[in-house]
Amino acid sequence: MQRRVFVKSGALALVTMGLSPSFLRRTAIGMELPLAQKGKVLICLFQRGAADALNVVVPHGERAYYNLRPNIAIPAPIRGAANLGAIDLDGFFGLHPSLAPLKPLWDAGMLAPIHAVGSPSNTRSHFDAQDYMESGTPDAKGTSDGWLNRYLATSGTCEQCAPTPFRAVAMTPQTPRILEGSAPAVAMNSLEEFAVRSGGGDQTARLEALYRTGSADLIHGTGQEMFEAVKMLRSANPQQYLPQNGAEYPKSQFGTRLKQIAQLIKSKVGLEIAFADVGGWDTHVNQGAATGQLAQRLDDFAKSIAALAADLGDGMENVVILTMSEFGRMAKQNGNGGTDHGHAGAMFVIGGPVKGKKVYGKWPGLAPEQLYEGRDLALTTDFRSVFSEIATKHLGAKNLNAMFPGYSTSSSLGLLG
Amino acid sequence: MGMHDSLAEYSWMQRPITIAIAAVMAGLTACGGSPATQAASGPRIASVPNEPAAVDMGPREQTADQQVNHVLSRLTFGARPGDVEAVRSIGVDKWIAQQLHPERIDDSKSDAYFAPLESYHTDAEELQRKYPAPNQLLQRLGAKGDRSKLTPAELVELRDATEGVRKITTEAQSGRIDRALLTERQLQEVMTDFWLNHFSVYIQKGPPERYQLAQYESQVIRPNSLGKFHTLLESVAKSPAMLFYLDNWQSQADSNRPRLVAQGGRGGGRGALLGRGGRGGRGAQLTPQQQQALAKRRGGLNENYGRELMELHTLGVDGGYTQDDVINVARALTGWTMPRPQVGGGGFQFNPAMHDAGAKVVLGHKLAAGRGIEDGEDVLNIVSRHPSTAHYIAFKLVRRFVADTPPAELVARAAETFRRTDGDIREVVRTILSSPEFFSRAAYRSKIKSPFEVVVSALRALGAQPDPTLRTAQTVATLGEPIYGHQSPNGWPETGDQWMNTGAILNRINFGVAIAAGRVPGVSPTTWKGAESLKNASVEQQVDGVVSALLGGGVSTDTRQILISGKNPFLDSAAALDTTPEMARPKPVDPDEVLMMLPDPAGLGPLRGPARDRAFGKLLPPAKGLALIVGLAIGSPEFQRR
Repeated sequence: MQRRVFVKSGALALVTMGLSPSFLRRTAIGMELPLAQKGKVLICLFQRGAADALNVVVPHGERAYYNLRPNIAIPAPIRGAANLGAIDLDGFFGLHPSLAPLKPLWDAGMLAPIHAVGSPSNTRSHFDAQDYMESGTPDAKGTSDGWLNRYLATSGTCEQCAPTPFRAVAMTPQTPRILEGSAPAVAMNSLEEFAVRSGGGDQTARLEALYRTGSADLIHGTGQEMFEAVKMLRSANPQQYLPQNGAEYPKSQFGTRLKQIAQLIKSKVGLEIAFADVGGWDTHVNQGAATGQLAQRLDDFAKSIAALAADLGDGMENVVILTMSEFGRMAKQNGNGGTDHGHAGAMFVIGGPVKGKKVYGKWPGLAPEQLYEGRDLALTTDFRSVFSEIATKHLGAKNLNAMFPGYSTSSSLGLLG
Repeated sequence: MGMHDSLAEYSWMQRPITIAIAAVMAGLTACGGSPATQAASGPRIASVPNEPAAVDMGPREQTADQQVNHVLSRLTFGARPGDVEAVRSIGVDKWIAQQLHPERIDDSKSDAYFAPLESYHTDAEELQRKYPAPNQLLQRLGAKGDRSKLTPAELVELRDATEGVRKITTEAQSGRIDRALLTERQLQEVMTDFWLNHFSVYIQKGPPERYQLAQYESQVIRPNSLGKFHTLLESVAKSPAMLFYLDNWQSQADSNRPRLVAQGGRGGGRGALLGRGGRGGRGAQLTPQQQQALAKRRGGLNENYGRELMELHTLGVDGGYTQDDVINVARALTGWTMPRPQVGGGGFQFNPAMHDAGAKVVLGHKLAAGRGIEDGEDVLNIVSRHPSTAHYIAFKLVRRFVADTPPAELVARAAETFRRTDGDIREVVRTILSSPEFFSRAAYRSKIKSPFEVVVSALRALGAQPDPTLRTAQTVATLGEPIYGHQSPNGWPETGDQWMNTGAILNRINFGVAIAAGRVPGVSPTTWKGAESLKNASVEQQVDGVVSALLGGGVSTDTRQILISGKNPFLDSAAALDTTPEMARPKPVDPDEVLMMLPDPAGLGPLRGPARDRAFGKLLPPAKGLALIVGLAIGSPEFQRR
């Protein structure tokens, strides 16, 4: 059995079925799959360590919030001193002052915070909760693949799209759990590192030749695919990249990685799913309030995302950025000026297709009887509801059952138009 | 297929009479009649086993030379210079028989290397006391947690803790590579790798896990890797590494179930869990209110280990158990715990105050009410002797040693050996290694190496020195298989297709480039044993020497031609990827911005530092001559196979 596949410089070639490179196999299967929507991009950003949702999207209209957090609460919006209090959104919620760079996105109707969202599992283990958020199967540890990979594996590329090794890219040293699975995904520390490291001579050319000796097995095929990918990326010339629209990325690792995601999108290598993560959210001790440890993390976070949105400019019409963290933190501050592991958290959904300027999710309240297990923000929105809505409405996913086995929801938040 | 059926019957019905003869015959066949002229440079054998390899008299499709390469590629982490000659001299079958008895193989060189490594000779509790997790230390230092407010003495303490954690992590991860590199007991090490993946644990599960790893590897897994499956399973079930990783240490009777003894009656040492920063003291007694709070906070039954015990460790996912079985297995194992993992634990302990004393039914077996640790022991007996377990373990072993798609007849025979010998792993492996399927043409060079195997096989072929730093382990991680870094309990892929993707193959090629440039610790592309005679040889001779040392001699004419000459017909020069420096001159990497090789779930990352092998981040000077050929060979498609 033979299939027509993309092999070299966009040309079609015949490869014996079963021996073709991984992304080509998927493409072959993709012929029977629903087609993804051309040019749509989803960027998932994972805040590892459990970000303190109550100080990120601040319920400044909730009195209990200030009772629970006498030393670390973000003050209600302060007229004339915007950097000291929350940035008001709707009279009840506000953004942490370090998130000021995101306020223009709110004003433009492109930013939708979701509150009291997360995993229905009661685990307070970083490991387990990240596992569940990435596998998309709360409390089921046997799931070997991640939900983004299941999306890729069960959705075709679009009709007009050329097969590309860059359909799913994680800007991480290893493939993250969320992208593990049968569909190919490229993980790279940086664009610069996605290259053969030989600094001269004919070493690289000879290596490529070794993979083009005519053998049609999986190793040779994948190697050819890789050399094509390296050339494709090279023609995008990442070294010459200049962000547009005055975007200024922070020089942090996170900022750099978001810049490189923007580069990939603009270089039109067929990116559909991008992933990056950022640590430093496990604020058990001295997390600070309007300033301090958490404020510093949020500063980098917000400036990086704001730069990405600015850089992409009109391109944001086809882009959705989704932020997530494994759980929220305790409603009450602890004895060390920090917060311990909690339950529900907050997400941001950002992009042109987003119906923003509204805080989504039913607010469960912070009175003692309203708290989950007497201590944490209760959950009112299952994260799979958010993921499902974005996958279907933005990416055109049809097979939600494959993405989130055993989960069905009749309602959606209506985040996207 | 008929042949396999008859062989299956033959092998177990007539084995006792035929093995001795078969061994002699096969030994002759394997040597191909050629005189064993080269002196065996292999390991010294403490006692010559009076036990021949059990060999099926079936036909072997592989040639004598292929058989030598084959056993070295499957029973070891790669041939060292001289290994081919040694196996040929000893005889393939006798060599297999030796490897099946690692205790008879002298391993003093490897043992000497590990003698000074603290993690391998210190219990986890002591390690964690000596090298506390930096985050825990910060918490213990209390309100001054902000690093900028620490006193100089506290900063020193914090630095030492960070260094200590790095040392523990390094020893556990590098230890895996260095043992695979050095040990003469190669089959035992392959089996250790197999079982560590079968009983996978994750270094970032939480701070306590990392302190357990060296002990888990060297005390729990390796000594049992060719022993009885039941013993191995029980050792794992009682190991702090697994108790912590799959949460069984905190699984206890649900509130509506009877407990073996009332809470607070025993196991008072657990009370320290309530204290912050471990100040509670081991013997602290809890008030009833504290006990209740503890029970509430820690919940009741945790099914995690009970489920994986059947799904991943024994019966297999389709092994025929139900959700009720999962719950009842978990109930039976309540109270299998360890004291205070946050401060190092103290080894396995059965805590009757946590144990669900109600009656249970597990896979059709009734467990009476009112019992204690026997419940869990019975469960381990039941699952380790379940027919699905024999099949599942046999299937995985055949997949490891023979082919990604295991021949069903061989799986059946191996499973039969498992049943007949009450789970004697050595005998199951012997059945597989003496089968015609193992020596078939289809099996030859059909497996794709894991990243760990890629790295270690290159190091072995080039006679590398062990790397006491984390760098080589980071190289393995860069290639996609961080050691103890598989987050979910199903372990790393065991079939080749899952290891092959564009990023992975690029990293493998770059590993070859790094070797050629001399950037891999402990290894030189031009001074390995065998290189001396090639230094002044012709390029053809150099290529043949490298092909022999690294690729088991088997490459196509085309490949050989590319290794010899830059000219090749497979690449028009216009299409070739040129590497002029304007391409990728990455900026220098700021070490503070480079995360540790593993994701750090806690985010505050004590394990930061110059984590990645710099060789992967920069263009390297072009290699020439023999070094170039070595680098090309390691980056070649052929090197990815075993």
